[in-house]
Amino acid sequence: MDRPKSTEPLVAVRDLAFARDGRPIFRDLNLTVERGSVTAIMGGSGTGKTTLLSLIGGRLVPDRGTVEVAGEVVGSLSRKALFGLRRRMGMLFQSSALLTDLDVFENVAFPMREHTSLPEFLIHHLVLMKLELVGLRGARELFPAELSGGMSRRVALARAIALDPMMVMYDEPFAGLDPISMGVIVKLIRELNDALGMTSIVVTHDVVEACGIADYIYLVGDGRVIAQGTPADMQETDAPEVRQFMAGLPDGPVAFHYPAPGYLDDLLTGERP
Amino acid sequence: MNWDLGISGLGRRVISGVGRLGRATLFLVRLAPALGMAAGRVRLIIQQIYMTGVLTLVIVLVSGAFVGMILALQGYNTLVRYDAQSSLGLLVALSLTRELGPVLTALLFAGRAGSALTAEIGLMKATEQLDGMEMMAVDPLPRVVAPRFWAGWIAVPLLAMIFSAVGIIGAYVVAVGDLGLDGGVFWSQMQSGVSVSNDIIGGLLKSIVFGFVVSWIAVFEGYDAKPTSEGVSRATTRTVVSSSLAILALDFIMTAFMLRGL
Repeated sequence: MDRPKSTEPLVAVRDLAFARDGRPIFRDLNLTVERGSVTAIMGGSGTGKTTLLSLIGGRLVPDRGTVEVAGEVVGSLSRKALFGLRRRMGMLFQSSALLTDLDVFENVAFPMREHTSLPEFLIHHLVLMKLELVGLRGARELFPAELSGGMSRRVALARAIALDPMMVMYDEPFAGLDPISMGVIVKLIRELNDALGMTSIVVTHDVVEACGIADYIYLVGDGRVIAQGTPADMQETDAPEVRQFMAGLPDGPVAFHYPAPGYLDDLLTGERP
Repeated sequence: MNWDLGISGLGRRVISGVGRLGRATLFLVRLAPALGMAAGRVRLIIQQIYMTGVLTLVIVLVSGAFVGMILALQGYNTLVRYDAQSSLGLLVALSLTRELGPVLTALLFAGRAGSALTAEIGLMKATEQLDGMEMMAVDPLPRVVAPRFWAGWIAVPLLAMIFSAVGIIGAYVVAVGDLGLDGGVFWSQMQSGVSVSNDIIGGLLKSIVFGFVVSWIAVFEGYDAKPTSEGVSRATTRTVVSSSLAILALDFIMTAFMLRGL
């Protein structure tokens, strides 16, 4: 990419600590997302990847540390300023979160209608342009219930980019898709990022797809960043945590067994109390 | 021993009930500015009036007609003993406009539209649609909740008036067609005996209050529902139960005040 870049990262998470229901999810998490890049945040289930997106989007407030997006500290913004910032962010939910009472066209038009007073013909053109990008111009009259999982995620993607955001956050965009739909989403994330000059944050546990599209990868676990680097770095590293995750080994630093007393003791103590 | 448990259980239930009422009131306070914002978006409100009001119309029309016909039969049965069957029109009109129209409509509305409202909002929450809106910088309170609240509040008084009107027509059909009363007497007794300011406005006032309460309960339960299928189904049940109890209790209070002339 030869686009001139601002040296400031778009997202900077510093010394972040967050606990939910008394259970610590992050302690001392540090990461940055460069402008124009596709950054993958990886980790096992339950490591708080989705929580991290909620913190970046300002739906949750950190207990300690800061989350900065485009130079603004998210947790300290007023509701109005936060909503102003969110207009420049798109988010793709794992469930797509399409509005079930509106058809595909109206779903994509929704943010435009809510935030702009563009004339109807312009909204029409813009919506068709967004739908063309994700290849679903022909599906504009379908309702969300009539769409397959991959299609509804593409519609949600068209909606996420409806207002030409500076950044799109993807929450598990590959989960539960067939290989073809997955390939389409992978291609779209990379192409839209480069064509529209956006920044993308992809939260996922799919190693192959993440390595295929990400410029930079953070591996999150145990409340902090375990490893980071380009996909090539991550593949070559010797660190056991990284090796286990990247190769999908069942046992390693993340133990196969849930913590339990000794097997023999457990068997010998006899019946269940 | 069992007494202790019973009393503490009762106490817990009362405390949780009062706590819920408090939560619902706080929700209403948060909703108030959103109601103002949504008032300008007439298209959204009309859409919701269609969804809630028109869909309840059929059941209101059918129930209204039957209730009117039953009133005519039962009223005639009693009045004829005192040779006062000429007052049947008045009896039916007063019963419907003052009492049965507002109350039965509100109960039907709670069961048909209130529960649907709760389920809809609860499901939007469960499927992350409300979260999605928040992330698109759209506040769901004015966009989703407030138009539904307005629609319910507007629809209930309208439906109650339709209920009373259909009921009176139903009663007329039975009284004149079946019981052989004189149609002119039926209407003229009604005309001279029903007061607009007292009976009709009083009934309207009741249904406005019922519409407010049912809509409030329905949107609160939906917005407060646990975002799971079990949570939504519980919330739907709670909407019907609490609305019905609230309608009947408020009806008693308002009737007591109205009959004593405030």
